[in-house]
Amino acid sequence: MTKDLLHLGNASFSNRLFTGTGKFAANALIPKMLKASGSQMITVAIRRIDSTARSENILNFIPSDVTLLPNTSGARNAEQAVHIARIAREAGCGDFIKIEVITDMKYLMPDNIETLKATEILSREGFTVLPYILPDLPLAKRLESAGAAAVMPLGAPIGSNRGLETQSLIALLIENCTLPVIVDAGIGRPSHAAAAMEMGAAAVLVNTAIATASDPEAMGRAFDLAVRGGRAAFLAELADQSAAARASSPLTGFLYENPSTLVDSPQG
Amino acid sequence: MEILINGKREVCTSRTIAELLAKKGIPSDALVVELNGSIIKQGQWPNIMLKDNDILELLNFVGGG
Repeated sequence: MTKDLLHLGNASFSNRLFTGTGKFAANALIPKMLKASGSQMITVAIRRIDSTARSENILNFIPSDVTLLPNTSGARNAEQAVHIARIAREAGCGDFIKIEVITDMKYLMPDNIETLKATEILSREGFTVLPYILPDLPLAKRLESAGAAAVMPLGAPIGSNRGLETQSLIALLIENCTLPVIVDAGIGRPSHAAAAMEMGAAAVLVNTAIATASDPEAMGRAFDLAVRGGRAAFLAELADQSAAARASSPLTGFLYENPSTLVDSPQG
Repeated sequence: MEILINGKREVCTSRTIAELLAKKGIPSDALVVELNGSIIKQGQWPNIMLKDNDILELLNFVGGG
């Protein structure tokens, strides 16, 4: 059997659970979570230093065989996203970039138009661009033409843990785009992740649900199992649904049936 | 001279980036320095002279999703 790999840019991933480094109670939990979940891709953010806080280098907590996915959080337009992406690459984070352009601070909805502009520029500069978007099929096609390596539609608002509220729109992307669809944001439980994978998502990105669980290490493992289960189900091709019951056991040869009552008698 | 450090205007008596970081007690581990829009590699920090009105960004990687 050939290995089921996800190819993005010049890299291949055998694990389809992408994780994030935000919101962990302690950075030391991150390598434990990575080991337990098997995640091979993890996001980081770039900020101005906080000279009042004790600073740990978050990169020291990420094993070298895990691919870094810096995000452009904090960017409010394409120009700022491009700037942050260039900083990340210059700082040695590699060519992957998650484009995140947000102006709506209540729901943290991505600005699809600015995201497209940033994708066009960064793809030309050789980045492996993963844009975080509202699921919108025409936009996804434009991102494909612009050179994105995947699209990352949200399931629900960032950190909300509400699951696949945009499920039917994500399904349109999966069915009509050639790009891998990686469901990002809103996945709150392993069952949400499994559902996304069953639908044919190429991967899921989970941060809050793992980082803020009582036991992030064990939750990382739980998400890994769910993603593997969902992926295996997708590859096995799900059986169809029906409105009425369809018996799984034979409807003949029951132990207690009286054959004479079942067979139509000539009298009636 | 005055320079803009992370968006804040500050009087600066340090001649180089390295001097400024030492004076402020900022650890160099994981620090990303951008001067007037260009990333300055750590090896260059002792050599780059600061000028009046320079725009300096001192950045690092943090947890994020």
